[in-house]
Amino acid sequence: MSKAEKAQEARTLAPEHALAVLRGMILIRRFEERAEEQYTRARIGGYCHLAIGEEASNVGAIDPLTDDDYVFTSYRDHGTALAVGSPPAAVMAELFGRATGVAGGYGGSMHMLDVERHFLGGWGIVGGHLPIAVGAALALDYRDESAAVLCQLGDGATNTGAFHEALNLAEIWNLPIVFQVINNQYGMGTNVEQASAEPEIYKRAAAYRIHGERVDGNDVEEVWFATDRLMRRARDERKPALIETMTYRWRGHSVADAGKVYRSPDEVEAWKERDPIVRYAAILMDRGVLDEEALAAMRKDVAQEISEAISEAASAPVPDPDGLYTHVYAPGWEEQFVHMDQAGPFGEREGTKHWRK
Amino acid sequence: MTYREALRRALDEELARDPNVFLMGEEIGRFEGSYKVTAGLWAKYGGKRVRETPISEEGFVGAGVGAAMIGLRPVVEIMTINFIVPAMDMVVNHAAKVRSMFGGKVGVPMVIRTPGGAGAQLTAQHSQSLEAWFAHVPGLKVVAPSNPWDAYGMLKTAIRDDDPVLFVENLVLYNLTGEVPEEGTDITVPFGLANVVREGTDLTIIAHSYTVRRALNIADRFLQDGISVEVIDLRSLRPLDIDTCIASVKKTTRALVAEEGWATFGIGAEIAARLHRACFDELDAPVERVGGAEAPMPYAKNLELAALAQEDKIGAAARRLLADCGLVDA
Ligand SMILES: Cc1ncc(C[n+]2csc(CCOP(=O)(O)OP(=O)(O)O)c2C)c(N)n1
Ligand SMILES: [Mg+2]
Repeated sequence: MSKAEKAQEARTLAPEHALAVLRGMILIRRFEERAEEQYTRARIGGYCHLAIGEEASNVGAIDPLTDDDYVFTSYRDHGTALAVGSPPAAVMAELFGRATGVAGGYGGSMHMLDVERHFLGGWGIVGGHLPIAVGAALALDYRDESAAVLCQLGDGATNTGAFHEALNLAEIWNLPIVFQVINNQYGMGTNVEQASAEPEIYKRAAAYRIHGERVDGNDVEEVWFATDRLMRRARDERKPALIETMTYRWRGHSVADAGKVYRSPDEVEAWKERDPIVRYAAILMDRGVLDEEALAAMRKDVAQEISEAISEAASAPVPDPDGLYTHVYAPGWEEQFVHMDQAGPFGEREGTKHWRK
Repeated sequence: MTYREALRRALDEELARDPNVFLMGEEIGRFEGSYKVTAGLWAKYGGKRVRETPISEEGFVGAGVGAAMIGLRPVVEIMTINFIVPAMDMVVNHAAKVRSMFGGKVGVPMVIRTPGGAGAQLTAQHSQSLEAWFAHVPGLKVVAPSNPWDAYGMLKTAIRDDDPVLFVENLVLYNLTGEVPEEGTDITVPFGLANVVREGTDLTIIAHSYTVRRALNIADRFLQDGISVEVIDLRSLRPLDIDTCIASVKKTTRALVAEEGWATFGIGAEIAARLHRACFDELDAPVERVGGAEAPMPYAKNLELAALAQEDKIGAAARRLLADCGLVDA
């Protein structure tokens, strides 16, 4: 029996591994808290959707992936980026709109990615990335690769037409994909019960004969073992699945939303009682893997890492504004546009230099 | 009153006036609208008249079409114009076609309200101005008011119109303040009439929505050079009032069309073509067009500023046009 198989049987992670998973969650929490603060200091613009409270759903689902698997997610993507292992400094630099950011400052908060680590994006149109993730699974199957796609989405996204088309395609084509519905109870200010005819979202998979299951999204090991099992099944048997991880967004929909009008303080507090980090730390202490001192040291170490990431990002250069048109098309095909230059609208034909101050 | 409040008042009055009018959209009830346009209306009229929807744009825009076909007057809010794209099929292949395809026997008196615009670092998928797409389609009407008065008066006109109307708002305009008609007057603003918001003699700048504000600022700045700029607020894109543009350009002999969206195949392209034909003899220079940089909107602030059709970009285009005609130094 391999190590991974043994772990599956025992349903607990080995001590070293468990500590790394705990640290991964603390890293996201700390990163997001600091991002929120940097946003209020106007170092970050646009929308900024935080994953505070959802750390176990992110780390638990992404940690068991192999290097060959692929990940897609929505605009609530900082946690996903950190969980796949993107350097915090590069993620923070993207938030700051710097050239050293994961997308060179072109994408910002909603459009993180890490091609090397097979993370193909943070996407901003709700539901839009689902068929795209199906396409990635199609490519893996097409090339007979033993890998699968993890596609994260929100509860709200399951009400888009794209969700239903994506699931149907995944099943009729037997594609290696696991849809992870991160059910944080709300899509903006709309509760799941209000928006979904079947609020137990995992059951929707049955309509497409896809296996669906619901797990405690604040229990990192539960998420870990369930995702690991479903991803293996996707890789080995080419069977899609849907896993619904039940969690909660502690903050508002984005930093601009106080998150108060549509939910009660009691509800928020009740979920904070189930803090995925505190819970896992307590479990590891019970197992004798962790003590208060080690936890404090871990938190301190993470805080230091994020502080350094912020300093690094803040001192990085902004993108070259003459690069405005650089990435519109692939390099090498400029020739095609040569005959479009004449008498075009003002500015497009000369670049931006002559009106920028 | 702000542009936002003017819209809210028009919605409130129309809801009160006609029981067939109802609102539908994401987050427009309890959450009071992503941009707070519908604040208070759900509490006042309840969930039947102010219907909250899931994130199902294709579904609820289509439902609006069906409800309109049998006599209701849905006012559908699309949170921002970017999210209408998944519902494009319902708008273009369905709403726009019904009246003609069914031989005039049934129509779609529906309004889709949605803000476009950019400038808050919302990046490529959330910074578009797509109104030109809709103005291209026969069967649709497209309006884009630039001030509270027109926002109020044109929204009322849109709701009372018998055909599908895309009502384009703008994220940056919501806080703009200005006059609105007095309560109880029931004043509306008709479609198909542009508005000369500033008279001038040397150059006509033609714009719609937020770009009108930019054009007015540019007109102010040119006063220092002794240049008199006329500014036309199109207000309505389809029906388009080209007559007002032609009359102005026959007088000024120079024209520039500015828009927030991409100029290529855009609104300026349409207007320039019509002006060149109608004012060929009078024009002192070819009609100039200015739009947003033809790139998906980047995130970084400096890149975004370079991409927007800002005052400096439109102003530079105007200056060069005037310099070509010998009116100012380059
Ligand atoms: C097609 C579309 N419609 C509306 C929006 C605006 N919007 C952004 S996030 C969101 C809520 C999504 O909720 P959910 O899928 O549960 O994800 P969560 O934010 O909870 O992570 C909405 C309505 C959008 N981005 N795309
Ligand atoms: Mg949600």
